[in-house]
Amino acid sequence: MTQYEPVIGLEVHVELNTKSKMFCRCSADYFGKEPNTHTCPVCLGLPGALPYINEEAINKCLQIGLALNCSISEKSLFERKNYFYPDLPKGYQISQYRWPLCINGHIEVEDENGNALMIRINRAHQEEDTGKLTHIGRETLIDFNRSGIPLVEIVTEPDFHSTAQVKDYAKKLQQLFRYLGVSNADMERGDMRLEANVSVGKSNGHPKGVARSLPNYRVELKNINSFRFMVAAIEYEIKRQIIALERGEKLTQETRGWDEDKKCTYLQRSKEEAHDYRYFPEPDLPELILSKEKIQKLKDSLPKLPVERAQQLIEMGIPKNIAFASVVTVQRADYIQRAIEYSKARGVDMVGIVNYIINRNIYARGVPPEQAVSDYQTQTTNIISDQGELEKLAKQAIKENPRAVEDYKQSLLSSGDESKAGNPNAIQVLIGAMMKKTSGKADASKLQGILKLLLEK
Amino acid sequence: MKLTEEQVKHVAKLANLPLTSEEEEKYSEQLSKILDYIEQLNSVDTKDVEPTFNVSGQSNVMSEDTTVPSLSQEDALLNASKKEKGFFVTKGVFEEE
Ligand SMILES: [Zn+2]
Repeated sequence: MTQYEPVIGLEVHVELNTKSKMFCRCSADYFGKEPNTHTCPVCLGLPGALPYINEEAINKCLQIGLALNCSISEKSLFERKNYFYPDLPKGYQISQYRWPLCINGHIEVEDENGNALMIRINRAHQEEDTGKLTHIGRETLIDFNRSGIPLVEIVTEPDFHSTAQVKDYAKKLQQLFRYLGVSNADMERGDMRLEANVSVGKSNGHPKGVARSLPNYRVELKNINSFRFMVAAIEYEIKRQIIALERGEKLTQETRGWDEDKKCTYLQRSKEEAHDYRYFPEPDLPELILSKEKIQKLKDSLPKLPVERAQQLIEMGIPKNIAFASVVTVQRADYIQRAIEYSKARGVDMVGIVNYIINRNIYARGVPPEQAVSDYQTQTTNIISDQGELEKLAKQAIKENPRAVEDYKQSLLSSGDESKAGNPNAIQVLIGAMMKKTSGKADASKLQGILKLLLEK
Repeated sequence: MKLTEEQVKHVAKLANLPLTSEEEEKYSEQLSKILDYIEQLNSVDTKDVEPTFNVSGQSNVMSEDTTVPSLSQEDALLNASKKEKGFFVTKGVFEEE
């Protein structure tokens, strides 16, 4: 039987969290606001209105590109992508095509078995979001509050071969956006949206990931507004296409959507060629020239990213899984960092404290890191050694464990010699019982002495 | 250079223009003439000339990320042929693109 290998490329759109829109100064804080209250002649596409580039959005796009190991173009231009749709009042979207801001990056993802794979980033470019449509019966309602929100599009090469890798990529990108502080990247709210192109190729015995010719068609999965549905759609497409190829059918370029009720993909349209958009340079926006100095400055100002922060923890001797769990969010990574520094100053075991925080999910409980370190210290080093306290515990243990006590006394009688070596196992049972009661804080050696005294009275 | 009827139909579709068959005929003629006219430019040698996309000669014209008040909802919808509950209304389209 022929071996098939899925070939998947992704396009991610992410809305930037700037204060104002991409090409006008309307507030970009549009979510949940009254419709059409965040608009002006520019984002409504009124005749004669002129766009103006938001510098902060450009910086955020560049930060994303840099974090994805892209090269930054010295010269960058905006272009008009022409098409008619009611969510696009100008009749074109200002986007980038031939001169994107960031090109040729890469990011490492993992599959479900933890195998790493390098995904090539073709580009990360700047564009603007469209208005929001609501379909009611035979009419469509339009809200232009979202029109002109800065949007960054990140396009990968078709380097994914499984949905596990796709999931990991989406997770890592989301984490990256949040670390950089460029977007809330909330998929439910539509801050971050995914499109996939899926095809299936014969692997012909090549090991996975080895360069081979790509299939001569691809199916684009679009307008799927939930990440879960996107994963389901990709999985469905892989199966559908393999079956079609097995039957000897010829697959073609097309766009498909997801029907959640029927749990299948359906044809939306056959592919419009790229030149149908008639891209041309936006005459209303002068070119961007990005100096090496500016790029270097942005590079230097990038926060430490998750992989780097996890690496630091691993070098401290923290297990890999705990290290990555420690850096899931910036907030958690900062929390762990504070706990580590506080521990260091007090001579507390740093590996121990990180394990403690992650394993017991201390961060989520809202305990300040200093408090977490103190608690940990109490649990591990603050031993109960007060004689009276220990005697009380010992008496309680004797009362509650008559069987162990009996064993011990029996062993004393049978040994019958003067050294009075009682059954050590029986005494361990009693010590264990008290350790459990005190979460391991009782002074074990003192306890042993006290127990012996009490038992041999 | 004569545009075929197919090409005219395609361009009309992209421009969202409904054309009658007479118009298709007429525009095929006219568009072809325009193309011929533009074609003359190809006789100029531009091998070592950088394309000009913007005549202002400026670059990096950008604005700070500050907000200014937007139009009121009423003003935004002023010229809408149909509106409802603060929305522009258009005839139904399927969710695409
Ligand atoms: Zn605006």
